[in-house]
Amino acid sequence: MEKFTPFSGAVCPLDRANVDTDAIIPKQFLKSIKRSGFGPNLFDEWRYLDHGEPGMDNSKRQLNPDFVLNDARYQGASILLARENFGCGSSREHAPWALADYGFRVIIAPSYADIFYNNCFKNSILPIVLDAEVVDGLFNKAAGDTALHIDVDLDQQQLRVGDEVIGFEVDPFRRHCLLEGLDDIGLTLQHVDAIQAYEERRRTEAPWLFV
Amino acid sequence: MHPKTLYDKLWDDHVVRTDEDGTALLYIDRHLVHEVTSPQAFEGLRLAGRKPRRVDANLATPDHNVPTTNRDQGITDPVSRLQVETLGENCVDFGITEFSMDDIRQGIVHVIGPEQGAVLPGMTVVCGDSHTSTHGALGTLAFGIGTSEVEHVLATQCLIQKKSRSMLIEVDGKAAVGVTAKDIILAIIGEIGTAGGTGYAIEFAGEAIRDLSVEGRMTLCNMAIEAGARAGFVAVDDKTIDYVKGRPFAPGGDQWQQAIEYWKTLHTDEGAVFDKLVRIDAAVLVPQVTWGTSPEMVVGVDTSVPDPDNIDDPVKADGMRRALDYMGLEANTPITEIALDKVFIGSCTNSRIEDLRAAAAVVKGHSIADNIMLALVVPGSGLVKQQAEEEGLDAIFIDAGFEWREPGCSMCLAMNADRLEAGERCASTSNRNFEGRQGQGGRTHLVSPAMAAAAAINGRFVDIREL
Repeated sequence: MEKFTPFSGAVCPLDRANVDTDAIIPKQFLKSIKRSGFGPNLFDEWRYLDHGEPGMDNSKRQLNPDFVLNDARYQGASILLARENFGCGSSREHAPWALADYGFRVIIAPSYADIFYNNCFKNSILPIVLDAEVVDGLFNKAAGDTALHIDVDLDQQQLRVGDEVIGFEVDPFRRHCLLEGLDDIGLTLQHVDAIQAYEERRRTEAPWLFV
Repeated sequence: MHPKTLYDKLWDDHVVRTDEDGTALLYIDRHLVHEVTSPQAFEGLRLAGRKPRRVDANLATPDHNVPTTNRDQGITDPVSRLQVETLGENCVDFGITEFSMDDIRQGIVHVIGPEQGAVLPGMTVVCGDSHTSTHGALGTLAFGIGTSEVEHVLATQCLIQKKSRSMLIEVDGKAAVGVTAKDIILAIIGEIGTAGGTGYAIEFAGEAIRDLSVEGRMTLCNMAIEAGARAGFVAVDDKTIDYVKGRPFAPGGDQWQQAIEYWKTLHTDEGAVFDKLVRIDAAVLVPQVTWGTSPEMVVGVDTSVPDPDNIDDPVKADGMRRALDYMGLEANTPITEIALDKVFIGSCTNSRIEDLRAAAAVVKGHSIADNIMLALVVPGSGLVKQQAEEEGLDAIFIDAGFEWREPGCSMCLAMNADRLEAGERCASTSNRNFEGRQGQGGRTHLVSPAMAAAAAINGRFVDIREL
């Protein structure tokens, strides 16, 4: 996995609560057996006026001018500003794949659904939790004539918005993995002896689990 | 000894090791696999030159993409076909047991796991699907995972996890006739909200939960994720053990006795403490109908569509207006005046034999209303379908004008050909009423099987208690 390094990015504000993973990447695109190429279909049903199917030439489709991703101000945004319970619904990792493929590296919201939150870290996306009032303030700033830019420093756990510095909390283990770009499977396999010992014990205690 | 919750017991029995910060390596007993969230995980294994650690802990079946008609012609959509074929090839390559589309044991992954006894009390169960919480009905710790974690489980038989907080939802009293497990869980979601369980593992308890059959508990736990909780579960009792007995993957002989002794310990100890407690009175619950685009947008069938003008929170009121607009509904419309176009009985929430019996009991001797363009019954597995046909349920549905289909996820998420067209309104026994869930522009109302059946016959919602 890529190491998560400090960067400065433009903010795209998505002012809806309870954005679900069906909205982030509709089901017809889940038929792919690949991990990449989901970006053009991120938020497909909100982003385009016509119905999208896999294999379509998305550059020829009609964009919905009222959807934020199509707003000229937010082109090239790498930070998604969202409302509470972002990413609720299914466990599809296609949701963070689509966000990452589009170019989002950070999401800022008051809260996330658990599975989505967890999936983000597996894909070098940093989901930041801030108080609803702070998020409100950022929505106000992001609605200006030009895009709001935020500096993101995971190592320092800080966002810089103009002169303002906003701290954020993140689980130390997850932070470490993102910063170092660590592969979870590799980490777990360092404990293969412990797994083996556990299995041997359980074979005696609960043999019906090993048939 | 320190009193433990059921969650504590399930967790403690599966911890391989714990770091100082509480990050644990959790052992996984059963991994269920389907075609949508696994191909990239198998590809990851191949790229890294890894093999599954325990092939016997995996069970696979295609469900999301499979057609529910004309199975003998295979899958016509080439993209869907490739995904289903890829699952088959991966299972052959890695030696994993798969119930393929032409196997009578094929079905929705969350239906076949318990049906086969592949899910047993006390297990940790995962699957690349959020509705894995279903299996908590058997006193398991079961939760959905993403594809990276699917690969992680395949490679290591473990997951890196932090323990959730614990919530007890106690549903006391007796539910009225016509108030089902589906209505109980919808009412709970209406009460605590779709994020109410975020960060929690939920234990469902109380008289109304003990009164539910094991299949009813599956419906209940299935939608724990719709309340934000990755896992929801019910303590083991005699019903659980009776349910498991004799199933193909269940233990027999001496191991059966040994297993029962352990399973009987799978309940919360007297005096154990939860981080949060919610109490619901079952006696006051009525059949539930969702009116919006989130499962928390739910009311009793005897009331009306809520009015956002009565809501103080501007973000919430805005969300309600957007939902009413999408659903094509006016505030304050009585629920029983909402007319429908389609009816779907199926999904991992409500496609088991008891669900089909409940729907058939309402349908028997009636016909679907003229305004219902399509009414589908999609059994949860080939074996459920077979059982229903032995009981003559298929004939009841077909005589009434329903279509009787082959098993799969079908119109719950419309990855196959079964879907709503824009603007169509559906009474559905599934679990999500999100925008576009059952087809772009489609409008979903979540209800119980009996309520869906009654809606099909009357063409609009009716209070099942009045039939």
